[in-house]
Amino acid sequence: MSLSNRAPLTLLDRVNPVTRIAAAVIVSLPLLVTLDWVSGATMVGIVLVAALALGFPFGFIARRVWPVLALAPLAGLNMALYGKPGGSVHVDWFLVHITDNSLRLAVAVMLRVLALGMPAILLFTGIDPTDLADGLAQVWRLPARFVLGALAGFRLITRFVDDWRSLALARRARGLGDTGAVRRWATMAFAMLVIAIRRGSKLATAMEARGFGTAPRTWARESHVGRADLVLVVSCLLAVAVALAAAASAGTFWAVWT
Amino acid sequence: MRPAQVRLDGWGWRHAGRAAWATSGVSLRIEPGERVLLLGASGAGKSTLLHALAGVLGTSDEGEQAGSLTVDGERPAPGRSGLVMQDPDAQTILERIGDDVAFGLENLAVPRDGIWPRVRTALADVGLDLPLDHSTERLSGGQRQRLALAGALAMRPGLLLLDEPTANLDPVGVEEVWDAVARLVADRTTTLVVVEHRIETWLPLVDRVVVLTAGGGVVADGPPDEVFSAHGAELAALGAWVPGIGHGLVPRVPPAPQPAVLSARDVTIGYEADRPVRIVPAIDIPAGTSTTLTGANGSGKTTLALTLAGLLPALSGHVEAAEAISPQGRPSPARWRSKELLTRLGTVFQDPEHQFVATTVADELAIGLRALRRPAREIDQRVAELLEQLHLTRLARANPFTLSGGEKRRLSVGTVLATSPSVMFLDEPTFGQDRRTWIDLVRLVTAQLDAGTTVVSVTHDRDYLDLLGEHHVHLEALS
Repeated sequence: MSLSNRAPLTLLDRVNPVTRIAAAVIVSLPLLVTLDWVSGATMVGIVLVAALALGFPFGFIARRVWPVLALAPLAGLNMALYGKPGGSVHVDWFLVHITDNSLRLAVAVMLRVLALGMPAILLFTGIDPTDLADGLAQVWRLPARFVLGALAGFRLITRFVDDWRSLALARRARGLGDTGAVRRWATMAFAMLVIAIRRGSKLATAMEARGFGTAPRTWARESHVGRADLVLVVSCLLAVAVALAAAASAGTFWAVWT
Repeated sequence: MRPAQVRLDGWGWRHAGRAAWATSGVSLRIEPGERVLLLGASGAGKSTLLHALAGVLGTSDEGEQAGSLTVDGERPAPGRSGLVMQDPDAQTILERIGDDVAFGLENLAVPRDGIWPRVRTALADVGLDLPLDHSTERLSGGQRQRLALAGALAMRPGLLLLDEPTANLDPVGVEEVWDAVARLVADRTTTLVVVEHRIETWLPLVDRVVVLTAGGGVVADGPPDEVFSAHGAELAALGAWVPGIGHGLVPRVPPAPQPAVLSARDVTIGYEADRPVRIVPAIDIPAGTSTTLTGANGSGKTTLALTLAGLLPALSGHVEAAEAISPQGRPSPARWRSKELLTRLGTVFQDPEHQFVATTVADELAIGLRALRRPAREIDQRVAELLEQLHLTRLARANPFTLSGGEKRRLSVGTVLATSPSVMFLDEPTFGQDRRTWIDLVRLVTAQLDAGTTVVSVTHDRDYLDLLGEHHVHLEALS
């Protein structure tokens, strides 16, 4: 990974990775069940200010968030053309009804996509898998067998990418590279499966040889949650409250079940 | 550390769902502090025995045990035994080297305060002088094996088990691992059992050699000199590299200097444009000659071979094939169609499994010929010939993925021989091979050279270089 893509140092580094996951859930749940433009816009504003305050450089935010920026108008356009009609009608052609209601929906959906996507992307950026595993097992008390198995397995993915590349080159070397893409893919998938199982079972043996999966274990590093984690969680709750209150006071609050 | 005592009485193991015993009737006693080299043909159950001593063979669900096997009078358990296996890639468990060594200690429930000093000591003992948060992805093969050794040592095992720990390493890596093991066992506080084909490497370290056969348990046991003088020829025939019994092959007379069949000028090699591996100013592959390509891990040997072989396009610069082997007016191999490569540039990959595409050994050999639309009779004849030549006739209907390491290697070479390419590339053809397969391979390659084929081999193997290094190219390590 080139240097410009690496996660910058931010205040988020002070919190436990599991808290980041919790924060992402706190921020997104209320946004998933409501649908109005005021709460969305408020949230986008708060996230942007908070991200800058936490130490994310503006350029980094822009680079990471642009796929969402590109996606949001698409989702919005969809809503504008096909959303539930209501109010005055602007265009009416075949299945397309552009109405006041559908335009309002379009704006709300665009903002919603941004308000959901931005915090998730920024919160998950630069989480170290090892630290996350420590947190999942020690703070959230998930079973060590599962967490460490997943962590060790995660490392194999790099190997699998290399394997897949070699498999493709080998197909070309064997005269199967010109035609029959489906059949070629099938032989690669089969070989990949065999290789993956073999690598996985070797790794499992290596882990077992180091006593994995027997008695209760200790942890070389303590994973803890502290004041910084509390601050993040409370801030997220506040942000959500502010966004919903803004919608309520503007009279636009709109839960998906109403 | 207190060295462990090992006792086996009529011990055997059968994997669940198999009819045959992996090993049976093994009776053996190893005293505390002894250092034992365990030998036997492939399939004699050496790895099974080592896994049993490491306590990782599993419970009665995973197989059936006969007789008894104890370490210090008890059932073997991880911690009391430490195991290092062959594949450096497959036994690195975690992302940071400190965590990787600490892993075993955590599992043994060592209190946190006790873990880190032991991690540091273990890393120092194997000579890995790197920060604890150094990424395990950035280690060489020799470093990875030493890391695995440190992981085992940190647990302070009384019994250290090494299952071909240097088979997949370059000469530098072999030396690193050997030095580390030699230091560790010097004070006899650890009992050592090592399985390795390259006997000569380990001989100075061991006091005793034990030879195992599949059905017959221990067939020879004693000081190295005695075992080798009584059973040397027999062991060599089984595939072991017995000291004093070489491969018996002599280099062929190299041809007079030949014109280049392939040449590269100012090529940048690599898999992705934004991650070039290195620049190669000039390289020429002389026709009908054996070219050997050496260099440290990560110096781009394989990438260069794949680029010359027309599989990877050069990121910049030119790779050109001689007119004699090029399709009309198209000298750049990377632009040839896949079928056009078959009779021109053949490649044997480092991992044979990467190139298997068929469900039987015979089909595997026939696939290239079918792609070339050769007549059925010709294909059958060529396949039968190859099966014979590769000693694979009785396995013609077997699935390639189920073959042993040596059989897979021979088959992967056979798939390339089938279409008789003008130039043949071999990536680490002798890696991890026993003496029998090694000799087979060198004979096959020599026969191809004598028939006029050009051969390019990426290799670390000194014996191979002595026999086939007619034109030698060394890639300097990248800084």
